Amino acid sequence: MSDIASRVKAIIVEKLGVDEGEVTPEASFTNDLGADSLDTVELIMEFEKEFNVAIPDDQAETISTVGQAITYLEKNVK
Amino acid sequence: MELKRVVVTGLGALTPIGKTVPEYWEGLVNGVSGAAPMTRFDTEKFKTKFACEVKNFVAEDYLEKKEARKLDPFVQYALVSTEEAVKDAGLDFTKLNTNRIGVIWGAGIGGLKTFLDEIMTFAKGDGTPRLNPFFIPKMIIDIAPGHISMKYGLRGPNFSCVSACASSTNALIDAYTYIKLGRADMIVSGGSEAILNEAGIGGFNAMHALSTRNDDPKTASRPFDKDRDGFVAGEGAGTIILEELEHAKARGAKIYAEIVGGGMSADANHITAPHPEGLGAKLVMQSALDDAGMKTTDIDYINVHGTSTPLGDISETTAIVNLFGEHAYKLNISSTKSMTGHLLGAAGAIESIACILAIQNGIIPPTINHFTDDPAIDQKLNLTFNKAQKRDIKVALSNTFGFGGHNASVIFKKYED
Repeated sequence: MSDIASRVKAIIVEKLGVDEGEVTPEASFTNDLGADSLDTVELIMEFEKEFNVAIPDDQAETISTVGQAITYLEKNVK
Repeated sequence: MELKRVVVTGLGALTPIGKTVPEYWEGLVNGVSGAAPMTRFDTEKFKTKFACEVKNFVAEDYLEKKEARKLDPFVQYALVSTEEAVKDAGLDFTKLNTNRIGVIWGAGIGGLKTFLDEIMTFAKGDGTPRLNPFFIPKMIIDIAPGHISMKYGLRGPNFSCVSACASSTNALIDAYTYIKLGRADMIVSGGSEAILNEAGIGGFNAMHALSTRNDDPKTASRPFDKDRDGFVAGEGAGTIILEELEHAKARGAKIYAEIVGGGMSADANHITAPHPEGLGAKLVMQSALDDAGMKTTDIDYINVHGTSTPLGDISETTAIVNLFGEHAYKLNISSTKSMTGHLLGAAGAIESIACILAIQNGIIPPTINHFTDDPAIDQKLNLTFNKAQKRDIKVALSNTFGFGGHNASVIFKKYED
């Protein structure tokens, strides 16, 4: 697992209060991990803070699973 | 229209002198002070270095970690005291019409800690508003009754009352009135407050409102004492379940007392100073008596606002003497803030609980920390100094007054069929 992937998972575990085992690449924040719309916004902000990137709103809307978050960050984090 | 009778069927308390109703009452009758050096933040640069904190409160002991993180302490406290009250009242909401059960809550300030933390984060940034999406819904005062309704599925009237230190009394009066008018069968009422942080203490210090007796916190809250020097900030929550009498009887509920009147008035005088002759205080007690259809001589006990400020204590006792006349000297009067500190928006809730338990137990909790008489306070009044007194109490009145000149009083009566 990449460094980015493990940091993403740690944030999700902390913010959504879920078990690490549930945080699979296919897991959807809202459908599988119990996030509501505000939780999702908070997650995106935490990713921005952790990785020092700005994720524009139109991009943020395309990130709805753990895997999508990891892929996006691996591409955009320098 | 036939007006309904309204009774108290459940109590919950999270206070600086006890984290449940039985512990709170034991603290009250034994004259325990909840004041101690502040543990929540570094007070080195603050004029006041102590407060009445809820001791060793760990939110995760009561709430799921994920849930607790999204709640300001004033909402965490509200949920904790309400859970105790719901259990105490023996409520099974699956068997009740929850469309007829509401939540009317009081808080004077609301999520100050959340506000402080978010604005500090913003101030440290580059001006980009990277505010947490939970900032607003964690902070707003009405979110406390909102969360209570969501936890128990209560779909009746739901809102908060805001009148500074009178907030939870206003909430109780609203709850009582709606049930009396037949608009609800039951209302979860009360209040909570959590301002023991840099903004809360710094703000009240700037007003010179707080005691600075840092060398002896336990005696700092000394209502009616000559050397009182301001109030002691407290925090916590109190929940009172109000229920329509026939509804309570039908489910075989335990009945603590009946709520029979609520009074409201304004000083129309000054943002923080009380009216010098206690005009608003006199009006609000009269208003509560009128609502209850009672005479001054019906009252046995007054749990006063009595915050231990130099001006407030004089104006309130003056108002009592002016309104009650000779009967003023037959009353028991006490300020339980001498023990709990001032819970601001939650004061009315926990002090109403003190009145209800005083009626039930036949004991008047004391005004502790009395050392020196103040010539400006009528010494013929029985201010229940230092030790609890036994007394058969039929009717008790609780006063609360808030910055802005808001006054609210509520009257509880021993329940008789």
